[in-house]
Amino acid sequence: MSKILDELLYSESHEWVKVDGNIAIIGVSDFAQSEMGDITYVDVPAEGDSVNQGEEFGALESVKASSELYSPVSGEVVAVNSGLDADPGLINSDPYGAWIIKVEMSDKGELDSLLGAAAYAEIAG
Amino acid sequence: MKYYDKLIFELSRPGRSGYSLPSQEKFSSPEKWLADSFPASGKKTSSVAADGAATDEHFSAKRSCISAATPKALLRAAELPLPEVSEVDVVRHYTNLSQMNFGVDTGFYPLGSCTMKYNPKINEEIASMPAFTGLHPLQPAETVKGALEVEKSLDKALCAITGMKSFTFLPCAGAHGELTGLMLIREYHLARKDFARTKVIVPDSAHGTNPASANVCGLEIVEVKSNSRGLVDVESLKPLLGPDIAAIMMTNPNTLGLFEKEIGEIASLVHSCGALLYYDGANMNPLVGKVRPGDMGFDVLHLNLHKTFSTPHGGGGPGSGPVGVGEKLLPYLDNVHTSGFHGNFGVMLRAYAYILMLGRENVKMVGPLATLAANYVKESLKDAYKLPIDSVCKHEFVFDGLINDGGHDDVHGATTLDVAKRLLDYGFHAPTIYFPLLFHQALMIEPTESESLETLDSFIDVMHKIAEEAAEDPRILQGAPHNTPIGRPDETAAARQPVLKY
Amino acid sequence: MLERVGLCDLDGLYSDVPKDYIYKGEYDLPAAMSEQQVRDFFEKLGEKNTKLKVLAGQGAYDHYVPAVIPYITSRSEFLTAYTPYQCEISQGTLRYIFEYQSMICRLTGLDVSNASMYDGPTAAAEALRMSLACTRKKNKLVVSTRLLENVLKVIRTYMKYGTAELVFTDDVMSAIDADVAGVIVPSIGRHGIIQDHSGLAEAVHAAGALLIEYCDPSALAVLRTPAEWGADIAVGDGQSLGIPLCYGGPYVGFMACKQEYMRKLPGRIVGQAHDAEGKRCYVLTLQAREQHIRREKATSNICSNESLMALWVTVYLSLMGPEGLRKVNELSFEGAHYLHDRLLETGKFEEAFPGKPFLKEFCLKPLVNMEKLQQALLDAGFFAALEVDGYASFCVTEKHGREELDALVNVVKELAI
Repeated sequence: MSKILDELLYSESHEWVKVDGNIAIIGVSDFAQSEMGDITYVDVPAEGDSVNQGEEFGALESVKASSELYSPVSGEVVAVNSGLDADPGLINSDPYGAWIIKVEMSDKGELDSLLGAAAYAEIAG
Repeated sequence: MKYYDKLIFELSRPGRSGYSLPSQEKFSSPEKWLADSFPASGKKTSSVAADGAATDEHFSAKRSCISAATPKALLRAAELPLPEVSEVDVVRHYTNLSQMNFGVDTGFYPLGSCTMKYNPKINEEIASMPAFTGLHPLQPAETVKGALEVEKSLDKALCAITGMKSFTFLPCAGAHGELTGLMLIREYHLARKDFARTKVIVPDSAHGTNPASANVCGLEIVEVKSNSRGLVDVESLKPLLGPDIAAIMMTNPNTLGLFEKEIGEIASLVHSCGALLYYDGANMNPLVGKVRPGDMGFDVLHLNLHKTFSTPHGGGGPGSGPVGVGEKLLPYLDNVHTSGFHGNFGVMLRAYAYILMLGRENVKMVGPLATLAANYVKESLKDAYKLPIDSVCKHEFVFDGLINDGGHDDVHGATTLDVAKRLLDYGFHAPTIYFPLLFHQALMIEPTESESLETLDSFIDVMHKIAEEAAEDPRILQGAPHNTPIGRPDETAAARQPVLKY
Repeated sequence: MLERVGLCDLDGLYSDVPKDYIYKGEYDLPAAMSEQQVRDFFEKLGEKNTKLKVLAGQGAYDHYVPAVIPYITSRSEFLTAYTPYQCEISQGTLRYIFEYQSMICRLTGLDVSNASMYDGPTAAAEALRMSLACTRKKNKLVVSTRLLENVLKVIRTYMKYGTAELVFTDDVMSAIDADVAGVIVPSIGRHGIIQDHSGLAEAVHAAGALLIEYCDPSALAVLRTPAEWGADIAVGDGQSLGIPLCYGGPYVGFMACKQEYMRKLPGRIVGQAHDAEGKRCYVLTLQAREQHIRREKATSNICSNESLMALWVTVYLSLMGPEGLRKVNELSFEGAHYLHDRLLETGKFEEAFPGKPFLKEFCLKPLVNMEKLQQALLDAGFFAALEVDGYASFCVTEKHGREELDALVNVVKELAI
């Protein structure tokens, strides 16, 4: 049984969102990291890039798999977690600590379409 | 196999070399060389002084060396740290490396979708004939009549075997053939001003190269699902067909080794919507001598000469992926230049030699014997390995892992990877694993027609033995291989901190 | 065997194939030959080719092939192996590919090399695709028309079905703008002239694009490297490093790039690893980039490449070392300049590009009829004076001694203007 934090929002594609004012902090869930196995590389956008809800913004790579990351919100990337470049395994060891990008949201209303912890628990068996 | 740990760079010692080159001044024919070496004979023919110094102005002065004649800004400033080793060191080093390698000549290679059949040695002799290896690719036709005849005759032979009209030999591998074939399909639609056809249908069981090739060719991929019998689901296909579809890429038999028996209906549906049928020839072997893709309605196909036509795989190439077309695509065959000269001619020579030795009478046995071998192994092992689709297969079949993986309580069961690695201990190459993606523990076996009954039986025995080991204690498999030069490497660490050069 | 599978004849194996598709005709092939017949057959075919001294290049170079190379590369452990997916029994293949990658990096000065490509022209086209992948949202590619004709052809074909805009120009510098993703130039133009790329990398990078240099790797022993020019990607054909002409193939393409573009490099890559006992070993790595995992999202569809030809290159470079490769260039250079000057002295040619530096390949402007020139040379056993843009192109390597060059010059002397 994977870990799900109550205070976060989730997408159906297994990204989590922590809302901090107008900023969405985005990572992947414990379920996603365990499905992928040992992460070897995180492909991230550049600061200043714009992202759209439901669209691809990067990818996770393991030895034998690659999985796209989809943005749960729209907006502009204001920060990228550079620590993941040196140690992508942080996503495995601490999925809720290892955020991937921070996005300044252009439409906070989009948060309403995301899942709460209970709803997410139903799809992340 | 013994472990040998050196890299060629680690053998390097300053000043050593393994080459032998003439000096330009002294370069001459053997006859003249001998005459010059014994001037007492009184027949000195050379203008070269006895001490070898040049007497010709062109070989001295400012133009005689690169650095004097070329602006410094155009020259290499950096050192060139290539290894400095003697000839014998080079030969021993690579001989030692070769002894850590497994090839078809080492043992049985039941690698699904790869058709690792025996590579006849006469083919190697033919491919190294100086009359062919010395030809420059831009020589005029009247000076390369023999080479052109090889190309023409191989073209004719492949047409006879596949039922196509003509081949291009430019593609250097199977995926390269796919790309070339898709380009021909695009040429066809563009010539008809049918610009809307930008999508290609690919079954979910397809080789990974199919969607990749389509994407490289600027086509969008539409996936069609397989049904419970492992075949393309015709009902799911129908709604996908329309004026935006350029083609469907089919592998028949598919990657489960199953013949797509509804190919007739699929072909007529696809053609009536204005699209074309592409045949992925990676799985052509079971059809050789029995069924021709051209007769099934395919408009274009590629073959892998390094699979079906016995040319060696070379540790990952050189291959050859000739593309054959039917009537519709014939006018466009010369429009696509997908490689620099005439393709991998050396590989074509080998394939043609193979076909000549096979001949008209034996070609009919290739597919049936490959298919018999696959069914024999499948039937012999289905008591120990899960067979998700139990029907007659073609050249290959797929198990979905062990029936009893030995897992219980806190002991993990043995996986397909573990079975594969354990096979290495017993002197066999592993099957293709985790492909096709339709099954989680896929183990794909293709024995080919070259193996004797004794080889197949010993493989079957070992597979049974491994299944017994797994049931008894899966950790035996999980620690495998035990008898190879190295154990399982830490691939995660290798990918996280890549070291890609010395 | 049939009994085990529950069938009474081989036809039963095809019971799932609709009857209409079972081929009932006779295959239009010759009857089976014995091994001796096959050998005789190909010997006869070989005699139909004309044995010529090759003094032409244009992408295929007649350098000397040391005896060691075919001896090593025909070892069946290398020759008959599959792609090294099972690394525990493929350390031979993986090790030489790692060595090959290291050597390509040292020749080009760049950081990362892949395990090989089909040939130089396809590597050039793939490098352009890679530049599009590295520079998101840009869609223009600038291609120097000084590239070899066959490189241009393959680039045109590869790019025809995509959406990128291609600009072919002799003056790449003035074609660079903000929409450009990649610029490709040769290190030696097809007229044989060593190119001066001063200022180019700066201009390309200022536009946010990648610079790709197409190189003859043999010449990189003496010429300014792609890294020294500031190129981001280097490509070319490894044929000049010990691979026979063989009517155009198999050859091997190479591709190397700066570290920052490693994740977009197409094809296989071998990396160093360790097993549980700490033994150093080698594996296929960064596979998540590749077609068998990423499928339609891969940068390239390349799968099988030219592994064994990479072994030819690796053994060649091991034998030659830095001095040997330099000497190959010096000898070729000497011979080419000798032939160049002697041909001019015949009065049958004019200089095509006076004062321009060249290495082993050069062009002259013929004052005699081109076809007659070529035919006279062919009659005398030479393949030379290849027509390139109306000029006669020659190429001299370390294989061609002065006697041979003098004999060629004598053929030209006899020609009427």
